[in-house]
Amino acid sequence: MEEHYKHLYEALSQVDGYIYPNEIDLHWGLMIVLYPYITGLVAGAFILASLERVFNVKVLKPTYGLALLTALSFLLVATLPLVSHLQHPLRAYEILMTPNPTSAMAIFGFVYLWYLMVVLLLEIWFDYRLDFVLWSKKSTGFKKYFYKIITLGINDTDEKSAKLDDKLGYFITLIGIPSAFLLHGYVGFIFGSIKANPWWSTVLMPVIFLFSAMVSGIALVMVIYMVVSWIRKVEIDMPCLDTIAKYLFYILIIDFTLESLDQIHRIYEAEESFDIIKVLVSGKLNITLLIMQVMLGTIIPLVVIGIFQVYKPAEKIRKFSYFFVGILVLIGIFFMRWNVVIGGQLFSKSLSGFTSFKAVYSGLEGYVMAAVWLIVPLLILTFLLWLMPPWKKVVTHE
Amino acid sequence: MGTERKVNNRRKFFQTSAALVGGTLLYAIIKPFEALAQPKEEELKTDKANLPLWGMGVDLEKCIGCGKCAEACKIENKVPKEPFYFRTWVEQYTVKNDGTVKIESPNGGIGGLKQSVPDEEIFKSFMVPKLCNHCTKAPCVQACPVGATFISPDGVVLVDETYCIGCSYCIQACPYGARFMNPITKVADKCTFCYHRINEGLQPACVEVCPTNARIFGDLRDKESDLVNFLQVNPTQVLKPHLNTHSRVFYNGLSSEVK
Ligand code: SF4
Ligand code: SF4
Repeated sequence: MEEHYKHLYEALSQVDGYIYPNEIDLHWGLMIVLYPYITGLVAGAFILASLERVFNVKVLKPTYGLALLTALSFLLVATLPLVSHLQHPLRAYEILMTPNPTSAMAIFGFVYLWYLMVVLLLEIWFDYRLDFVLWSKKSTGFKKYFYKIITLGINDTDEKSAKLDDKLGYFITLIGIPSAFLLHGYVGFIFGSIKANPWWSTVLMPVIFLFSAMVSGIALVMVIYMVVSWIRKVEIDMPCLDTIAKYLFYILIIDFTLESLDQIHRIYEAEESFDIIKVLVSGKLNITLLIMQVMLGTIIPLVVIGIFQVYKPAEKIRKFSYFFVGILVLIGIFFMRWNVVIGGQLFSKSLSGFTSFKAVYSGLEGYVMAAVWLIVPLLILTFLLWLMPPWKKVVTHE
Repeated sequence: MGTERKVNNRRKFFQTSAALVGGTLLYAIIKPFEALAQPKEEELKTDKANLPLWGMGVDLEKCIGCGKCAEACKIENKVPKEPFYFRTWVEQYTVKNDGTVKIESPNGGIGGLKQSVPDEEIFKSFMVPKLCNHCTKAPCVQACPVGATFISPDGVVLVDETYCIGCSYCIQACPYGARFMNPITKVADKCTFCYHRINEGLQPACVEVCPTNARIFGDLRDKESDLVNFLQVNPTQVLKPHLNTHSRVFYNGLSSEVK
């Protein structure tokens, strides 16, 4: 507590202009930056998987299973930063027990559950059931038991049952696409629906969140695919990688267009809040927005992949560049979330001044914890890849 | 393994998973409606028309910026004394000759506001007490995920301390900065019009201590009340009317500089 007060006194001494006295404390910190970031990665990875399956982009096959498992690993963690930031985390279940139907945050709980239980788990299950059955016969120890249990007693291995799995899996993917849109669109709505905050309150917010989610998810799967291939010492499938990068390029263009549209609209309409937002963007956010998000996270990746669309250098250069671009995009989208969440709280709702944000290293809201929430999904993914390696699958859908 | 067995297996699986999924879904669908239904029941029990509808008028011409209200509020409601938590505070506006506006509220005005701008630079100066506006269409109530923030039948926006999960969403949703996260109780906190006092027929603490009677508290439904009289004889305005919160705190003599 003393520590917290000390922190606030320091912030008080740095207030610029006038802010309402209750605004010195920033209520949403790093954890709330992570929450849309992680959910976005999930939605994006899933949509990449769906591209292959529903839109029949066959070259993407090597990443299908990987994308699904990535989505699952991150989804399992997605709500944890949110819950850990609550002042009364033990009461979190109330969101599901007595949700307030007018609250964007309350309905998110259900969207999340729907997505986890109905979409992701089922789709993965249908995709793997037959493999589980076959693997259970070949393996020993923990793996054997796991495979046995996870088949839920359905041990058919004939062609008919494989067809049925495939059909049902396809059907789930079909439901999955709008669900992924819903999942992340909803996260955007949590911010976009706050009319008190002019930086958040825009109808474009859910759409921008959605496209940036796709961008980040695709970049993540791209990077993970490369890393996993290196570790496994197998050749990277270049047509696949080129195609992922192409999608990344197009969706990044849409994302960038939407965000620019939003800004241009603000500049042109120049509403009451514009003066303060102008100062926000050119001052407090200039590094995180103009350099991290726009320059590193958008322009450089666009230029690099853009060049590759007309001129294809050697594979080695492409691989290296894709890796580099993927990381840049992931950093860029992280800062996009940062600029929304933190940026939206830096200026006062009196539109007359600024407070400051200083993240701490330790504690539940600190950098260390944030890093943990980003590393845990990767550990889960490693475990899942060990347990159910997509590359060892006997059968894959048509 | 005959075909029959297979079919049975599969059927069993679908039955179980359908039951699980269906259960979750049904629950998901029904739950929100249940919540929706609850306030209606309450409405039936208490006939709203017979209840008061609390509101406040603030006569800006009378406010001298002594900050007694902010101080009394902290004592009465056990608000932490640190200068980051206020249920009510007083802002000092100074419009300078060059047209710029300086707004100040050191420690929420507690201890009295002092003019920091030299006299010769001042065009005009005035005080504005602030508090929760007890919005009729309260964005905070709309946003609260668990319904811990609600509007009482007599029109006061309250927080159920035993229920609030401390997500701060309501704080983000309030356009007036009227809410804060109480560092001791760890729940959202805000002005209650001193609900415990008004239920006993007393005035809110801030109203009671104000030496100039700048705050007028009362029942908006009572045509004889001081508040209704205040609204009748003065042209009043609410804060941020463009946000359509239909607030129930009315200001007389509100200048356009006020944010
Ligand atoms: S002023 Fe803020 S806290 Fe009070 S009712 Fe309105 S939105 Fe809620
Ligand atoms: S902090 Fe409490 S009162 Fe505010 S929205 Fe969250 S649960 Fe509701």
